[in-house]
Amino acid sequence: MLLIRCPYCDEERPELEFRNAGEAHIARSTNIAGESDDDFEKFFFIRANPKGVIYERWRHIHGCARFFNAVRDTVTDKFVMTYKAGEPKPAKLPGAAK
Amino acid sequence: MKKYSVFAIAREAMRGHKGWEEQWTSPEPKKEYDVIIVGAGGHGLATAYYLATEHGITNIAVLEKGWLGGGNTGRNTTIIRSNYLYDESAGIYDHALKLWDGLSQELNYNVMYSARGVMMLAHNVHDVQVFKRHIHANRLNGIDNEWLTPEQAKEFCPPLNISKEARYPVMGAALQRRGGTARHDAVAWGYARGASARGVHIIQNCEVTGIKRAANGAVSGVETTRGFIGAKKVGVVAAGHSSVIMNMAGVRMPLESYPLQALVSEPIKPVVPCVVMSNTVHAYISQSDKGELVIGAGTDQYVSYSQTGGLHILQHTLDAICEMFPIFTRMKMLRSWGGIVDVTPDRSPILAKTPVKGLYVNCGWGTGGFKATPGSGNVFAHTIAKDDPHPINAPFTLERFRTGRLIDEAAAAAVAH
Repeated sequence: MLLIRCPYCDEERPELEFRNAGEAHIARSTNIAGESDDDFEKFFFIRANPKGVIYERWRHIHGCARFFNAVRDTVTDKFVMTYKAGEPKPAKLPGAAK
Repeated sequence: MKKYSVFAIAREAMRGHKGWEEQWTSPEPKKEYDVIIVGAGGHGLATAYYLATEHGITNIAVLEKGWLGGGNTGRNTTIIRSNYLYDESAGIYDHALKLWDGLSQELNYNVMYSARGVMMLAHNVHDVQVFKRHIHANRLNGIDNEWLTPEQAKEFCPPLNISKEARYPVMGAALQRRGGTARHDAVAWGYARGASARGVHIIQNCEVTGIKRAANGAVSGVETTRGFIGAKKVGVVAAGHSSVIMNMAGVRMPLESYPLQALVSEPIKPVVPCVVMSNTVHAYISQSDKGELVIGAGTDQYVSYSQTGGLHILQHTLDAICEMFPIFTRMKMLRSWGGIVDVTPDRSPILAKTPVKGLYVNCGWGTGGFKATPGSGNVFAHTIAKDDPHPINAPFTLERFRTGRLIDEAAAAAVAH
């Protein structure tokens, strides 16, 4: 079971308190009805599914109930960092080569 | 290839078993092939086998980064059934089921297909309604499926607890008698032996690191850890890694990869005579010929390539098993493992041509691909050979996520399946 740091509660809590909510930083179009089929497919169905670093959303559903973002390695399942919803995608990851 | 028979066993018994030959050869890769299959699991090997036997294409390499059948083919719970709701799914899964029957004879290899029946339990009114709808839909498609009362379910599987006091009492069951199990390793080995005998090169420990495209955009070959190998046609059958391979050709996929776990108990005398599945409490169980209870768990909730998974997922499954079969509460579990399954948004597979000329993909089987192995290989071979899908896999396109013509088994089963 993963230990996940909720950036709002500022505590590491067991995975059972959380719900994974899929890939992060996928912006919903402000004009969804006007989206082309291609763009809608990209928004709704196509996923990065990376082997390595993933940016994903989690929800602390049995805690503060808030959504936040996390950076995790999908090979080791190790979390690199978590950050609050609305914050930009981190340009540089802690521990990454300069 | 020497044929296996009772006479061969007798002959070899007389001379100390020195005459058995290798089941498949391990040749050095050539510079170029007509077709390259990426992934030597059941589906990939079946594809190569049917390309050779039904389409006369034998200049094929099957590339495998690890060892043959070491991915999901050797990690699943070996359940075979075809009782899917939608016509398209019924078509492809029943095509596979018909091939399972007789596969051992066709391959001259005992895949131990055992039509012992797959029984799916209903625990609430919604389950009862959905299963009865499935039964009717299946019968209209010529697929056997029948409704059992709780008493009939217990008669079919005696250790089942049908007490009304259970937390989720059994209210009935849907039974597909043609469903059952097969030996998963033997399926990969049998197809590998059959393909190799017809000249297919099976190259293990050879990881694909890139897909090369010619100036006109068409596929020209693959970069591997053993050098460049040319081919005008490449079929990607890489299960959990399908999106990684497809990304090498610049094709982004509607896939997410999750760990799926299974476990086996200590071996015991025969006690579970069929396959029992419950979507509601979420557990699958059957008993292998070695006597182990083979138990399937659910997926983890996050994307991962770790081939492990959380312990609480197994715990949850064993809770469900003990609920259905209180007699197993003191069984010891021997081994558990995980595989990486590639899941599509509608939980139906993709067997199709791609936007890249010469590149074909067979993926998205999610948590239930083993049962489809023969049918999947059979129609995918047709797709590659003719550069055109077989009518059975024609609906399973990549474009359906743009056009909206989904085959929504996700909504039909309400769980991963």
